[in-house]
Amino acid sequence: MITTNPSLHKEKQHRNDLNEMFQETSALTWRLFIQLIRRPSTLFAGILQPLIWLFLFAALFSNAPIDFLPGGSSYGEFLGAGLIVFTAFSGALNAGLPLMFDREFGFLNRLLVAPLSSRSSIVISSVIYITSISLLQSFAIMTTSALLGYGWPSLGGFFLIAITLLLLVFAITGLSLGLAFVLPGHIELIAIIFIANLPVLFSSTALAPISFMPEWLGWIASINPLTFAIEPIRMAYSNSVDLNAVLINAPYGEVNGFSCLAVLLILTVALFFLIRPLLNRKLA
Amino acid sequence: MFFIQLRDLFKSYGPVMALNGLNLKVPKGSLYGFLGPNGAGKSTALRIICTLLAPDSGHVEVGGLNVLLEEKETRRRLGYVAQDVAIDKILTGRELLQLQGDLYHLDKKHKKKRIEEMIQRLDMHEWIDRRCGSFSGGMKRRLDIATGLLHEPELLILDEPTVGLDIESRSVIWGLLKELRNNETTILLSSHYLEEVDELADEMAIIDKGKVIASGKPDDLKKELGGDRVTLRVREFSDEVEAESVRKLIKNINGVSNVMVNQKQGYSLNFLVQSNDVISNLSGHLSKENFEVFSLSHSRPSLDDVYLQATGKTLMDAELELAGKRDLKLENKKSMR
Repeated sequence: MITTNPSLHKEKQHRNDLNEMFQETSALTWRLFIQLIRRPSTLFAGILQPLIWLFLFAALFSNAPIDFLPGGSSYGEFLGAGLIVFTAFSGALNAGLPLMFDREFGFLNRLLVAPLSSRSSIVISSVIYITSISLLQSFAIMTTSALLGYGWPSLGGFFLIAITLLLLVFAITGLSLGLAFVLPGHIELIAIIFIANLPVLFSSTALAPISFMPEWLGWIASINPLTFAIEPIRMAYSNSVDLNAVLINAPYGEVNGFSCLAVLLILTVALFFLIRPLLNRKLA
Repeated sequence: MFFIQLRDLFKSYGPVMALNGLNLKVPKGSLYGFLGPNGAGKSTALRIICTLLAPDSGHVEVGGLNVLLEEKETRRRLGYVAQDVAIDKILTGRELLQLQGDLYHLDKKHKKKRIEEMIQRLDMHEWIDRRCGSFSGGMKRRLDIATGLLHEPELLILDEPTVGLDIESRSVIWGLLKELRNNETTILLSSHYLEEVDELADEMAIIDKGKVIASGKPDDLKKELGGDRVTLRVREFSDEVEAESVRKLIKNINGVSNVMVNQKQGYSLNFLVQSNDVISNLSGHLSKENFEVFSLSHSRPSLDDVYLQATGKTLMDAELELAGKRDLKLENKKSMR
C-alpha cells in the first residue's frame, strides 16, 4: 500500500520551489553580468569618475590649513570615504536602468510570461548584480586611495565598510528599482539620477565636514543618508573602530557609529516596505 | 473539446475600447487564425490569454484552467511569441535560449537537447552563436519562435509572427506551424495577412472593434458568401448618386446578391454572382439604363470578401481607418508593466 505524507510532500514542493527560484535568479543575474562583460564601459566610468574627483579635489585642497579637517588628516584621506560612498550610491542609483530598458523593449514581458517560481527573482537578480558592481567599484577606489598613500582599513574596518555599503546599496537599489516601475521611461529615470546625484553628494560630508558648512547646509548634511554611510567608513580608516564613538556632530545632537548604521538599516527597511506593494502590483 | 475559451471579454485603454465583449473558442490541437486589422483588439486578447494583461471583465480559460486565477500553471502550458521581437541584443542566440530554458526550469540535459532540436528545426546553426544585435528581422523572429517552443508548450500563441519577414523566413515558420499542428499543439495565430490565415488555419475568427464578427473554417466562411465576387465600376471615379443608381439596378438582377457600394474605392460596386451567365448578361442590363462597364473583375471569394461582407469595408480600408484613431502612446503606456 502506498501512503503519502502531506508534510513530506509540502517540504519536497518547497525544496522544488527554492531550486526553481535559484535557477531563474542565477540565470537572470548571469544575463546582467554577460551584458557587463560585453559592455564594460559603465563599470569603468563608475570607477574613473570618482578617481578623477579624488585626484582633482585632493590637489585642490592640498594647501588647506592643517586644522581644516578633524583629526588633522590630509584632504585625500578625508575625501576617500566620501568617494567610496559616492561610487556605491551612484551605482545603486543606476540599478533601475536595465529594468527600465527591459520594460521599454518588451523583454520584461518575456520574463513575465514565464512560469517563474517567484517574480521577486527579477528584482533579486538586479540587487545581486548592482551590489556586486558597487562593491567592486568601491574596492577599486579603496585600492587606488591606498596606492596614493591615503591608508587602508583594518580587518574590522573592512567589515564595517562592507556592512555600511551593503545597507546603503540595498536602500538606493530598492529606490531605483521602484522608480523604474513608476516612471514612464528611461529619459525620466536618467533625469532623476542626474538631478539627485551631485546635490546629494555636495549636501553630505563627502567633501567637507559639517563644521565647515553654513548652518542650513549643516542641517541638510546631518540628515543626508550619505553622511550616515560616509562617517562610519571614515572611522573605519582610522586606527580604532569604535561604534560607540561620536561620528557626527549634528546641529540636533551627537550621532555615534551604531546610530549611523541604525539609520541606514531603518532607511533600507522603510524603502523595502514602501516599494514592496508597488513591485507586487507591477509584477502581479 | 476547446483549449481556449474567452467569454464576454472587455478591456479598455482610457477612452478606447479594445475588447468589447469578445467571445472565442479554440479547439484543442487546431491552428486557429485570428484575423483583423491592426487595432481591432487581437494583441490585447492574446496578452490577456498570456497573463500579461488583466481584462476589465470576462472569463478566460486555457486548457481547463481559469487564467485569471491560475496564472502560473497557465504560463507553464503556453508559449508566447509577441508582435515585437523582444530579444537581448548583447546575448548570443544560444545564450538567449539557455536563459529561456532556465526561466522554464528545464534541467540541464533536457535544456541542451531542446536547444539543439530548435536550432536544427529552425535552421539557425549558422548564426546562433552570434550576438542577437546582429540578426536580421527574420533571424530574430525565428529565434523568438524557438524560445516560445523550447519548453514544448501545449499552446503556442503567435502575434503577427511573419510581419515584414523575408520569404525564406516566412516559409520556415509556416512549415514549422504546419508540423506543430500535426503534432497536436494548439496554435493561436493572429495575423492581418489574409493569405496566411487562409493557408494555415483550420478554423478562424474575424475580429472587428473588439469582438468576433465571423468565425468558422475559412472555406466554409467563403462558401457561405454564396457565389463569386464581382467588382464593377461604371466610371473610373463614380459619385455617390451614380453608384446608388447602379446598386438599385443590379440588386434586382436574378442571381445577384449582397450588393455593396465601396466608397473607399471610388464608389465601385461589390456583389456576389451565382453563375457566369449573370456576368454575361450584366452589360445588357447596364446599357439599358445608359451605364457602361468601365472595369469588371471576377474572382473566387477570398477572406477579404468575407471581411467585406461582415463589415462593409475591406481589411485594408479598415486598417487605414483604425490607424488614424489609435493612440499608440497611450496603448503602449497602458500595456507596459
